[in-house]
Amino acid sequence: MAAGTSKPAGRAAKANRKGQARLLQGNEAASLGALAAGCNFFAGYPITPASEITEYMSREMPVRGNPFIQMEDEIASIGACVGASLAGRKAMTATSGPGFSLMQENLGYAMIAEAPLVVVNVMRGGPSTGLPTNVAQGDVQQARWGTHGDHPAIVFCPSSVSECFELMVRAFNTAERFRTPVIFLADETVAHLREKVILPAEGDLEVIDRRRPTVPPDWYVPYKTDGSLIPRLADLGEGYRYHVTGLVHDERGFPTRRADEVEPFYARLFGKISRHFDDLMLTKEYSLDDAEIVLISYGCTARSCRAAVRLGRERGIRLGLLQLLTLWPFPRQAVEAALTGRKAALVPELNMGQISREVKRVNDGRTQVIRHSKMDGTMITPEEILGRMREVA
Amino acid sequence: MTAVHRSVVYDWLRHDKKFPHVWCPGCGLGILLGSLVRSLAQGGYDKNQVVLVSGIGCSGRLPVYVDVGSVHTTHGRALTFATGIKLAKPELKVIVVMGDGDATAIGGNHLIHAARRNLDLTAIIVNNLNYGMTGGQYSPTTPLGAKATTAPYGHSEPSFDISALTVTAGASFVARSTVYHVTQLDQMLGQAIAKKGFGVVEVLSPCHTNYGRQNRLGSQVEMMKGFKKQAVRMDRWEKLNPADREGRFAIGVLADHERPTFLETYQGAVDRAQAIRKEG
Repeated sequence: MAAGTSKPAGRAAKANRKGQARLLQGNEAASLGALAAGCNFFAGYPITPASEITEYMSREMPVRGNPFIQMEDEIASIGACVGASLAGRKAMTATSGPGFSLMQENLGYAMIAEAPLVVVNVMRGGPSTGLPTNVAQGDVQQARWGTHGDHPAIVFCPSSVSECFELMVRAFNTAERFRTPVIFLADETVAHLREKVILPAEGDLEVIDRRRPTVPPDWYVPYKTDGSLIPRLADLGEGYRYHVTGLVHDERGFPTRRADEVEPFYARLFGKISRHFDDLMLTKEYSLDDAEIVLISYGCTARSCRAAVRLGRERGIRLGLLQLLTLWPFPRQAVEAALTGRKAALVPELNMGQISREVKRVNDGRTQVIRHSKMDGTMITPEEILGRMREVA
Repeated sequence: MTAVHRSVVYDWLRHDKKFPHVWCPGCGLGILLGSLVRSLAQGGYDKNQVVLVSGIGCSGRLPVYVDVGSVHTTHGRALTFATGIKLAKPELKVIVVMGDGDATAIGGNHLIHAARRNLDLTAIIVNNLNYGMTGGQYSPTTPLGAKATTAPYGHSEPSFDISALTVTAGASFVARSTVYHVTQLDQMLGQAIAKKGFGVVEVLSPCHTNYGRQNRLGSQVEMMKGFKKQAVRMDRWEKLNPADREGRFAIGVLADHERPTFLETYQGAVDRAQAIRKEG
């Protein structure tokens, strides 16, 4: 099998012409974003509503001479991605709730071994088989805390087809930069939505690759870092013969239980992310400057919020929206600023309050935070938000 | 002979990893480790082109001692990581070391699919008839009636025959040996590693600390003598009548055939995809 080439062919080539407008489905845009970011390994398992990504990759990977494999389950899919990542590939898998639950253990492995990869979870109704073809946003806290043990997490959440493309590029760049798994948390509505997308030209995209060692193999200490706290990652089979383990390890990668080695290990694992919070927190503001009431939302629900802001303002209610594109680490500063000086804040979401709880946590008496939950397998409409607004105002 | 052996060990084991190893005195895993590095040295492989992958359990600790790229993965999932590594870099020799619980209980699904897919990997399955690291609980290879810490009144389930299972699932090469039959083990490992396609070597190994103690099989020496008595060469095994097979097992090559590997058949898909795309 030839090594991956960056030259796209066919449909993808058309997509990369500058300013090319295309009608795309969210899952397609996410797939295109992955390819644009250099994804050259895909392993997955069929599941609604994420199967389109796996199918898309099964068409595009062979064209590029890159591996695609449908594994025997989701555990195997993410396992293969971690292996491929350690061997130098930019790996991705895509799933939905039940599969995401199965992936949790190996997701933790990717964190502790510091293997960059992207996991797509297209949210559907849960728990268990739940509502396979309906939209929900019930996996927000699972994306943060799903794997066992305390750990940092990076989770991006698109609310449009364009954002599926942009955030996917961002997800790969972030994974590579921080040597960590990144979760791309879409929902059924955004994943199956079709919208016009203007794809950037190939040269206009910033693509980040992991830092590889520059020292000769004999000098390579796999988990020793410079000031960045992010160690350089050698591809397996390049002469750097080192050890990778899911056990807590010392700088050489060997298991350790020594408190004086364990403590700095965790400090670095958290520190490499927390030191760069500012680069990770992505939010968008709509009519926020003079808003009396702020909506804080994400994913498909943020779309209804945008419409509610527009309709509300037509009716004389000064509404504004803070859309969260990064869910984790929680964009605390942006939320604090958005809450300050408002009459009230409303947090609409398709769960029983997984983000409103966070908003309340950072609110600290600034304003009144109201949860607006819906769990019936359908979206929250703009009129529902405006109706709730009247209760508040 | 001693000098050669010492040099193989010096060449293939890590110098920055402190010995002694984690295994109980008398454990068969040390013998397997020696056998593995001898067969790698004998095969003339480049250390930079070999990757050792393991799961969780006593066997999971084996790769860390070898001076190659080594990946100690999650319980039961070693074959999935190995699949990713091999697909990402087909030029690498990827060898997977698993225990019986690792490979046939929690990882049983991955084992049969790896065999069916026939990706070019070598699976070394160390069968000590129980979960040694966690204290001697029963595994899918614990014999019916045997004692385990979770079968204090005798085991109620029949056991898996790992070799037969992987032959049926489609592995290109399957062999069984024991840590007593070291010369044969060296050969079997060498053959499996050289084999194109999915190769399996089931290695019977004594766990005198747990399985042996609970089942009153004596010391590790007694258990090794047991292997000597119970193991029957393939050519003789075929002539044994079923009654004489009771309490014994066959050692040797159980399957060795040519089948297209996953990488070969996937290359076909790559060629077709590229041809179609070129036509536009």
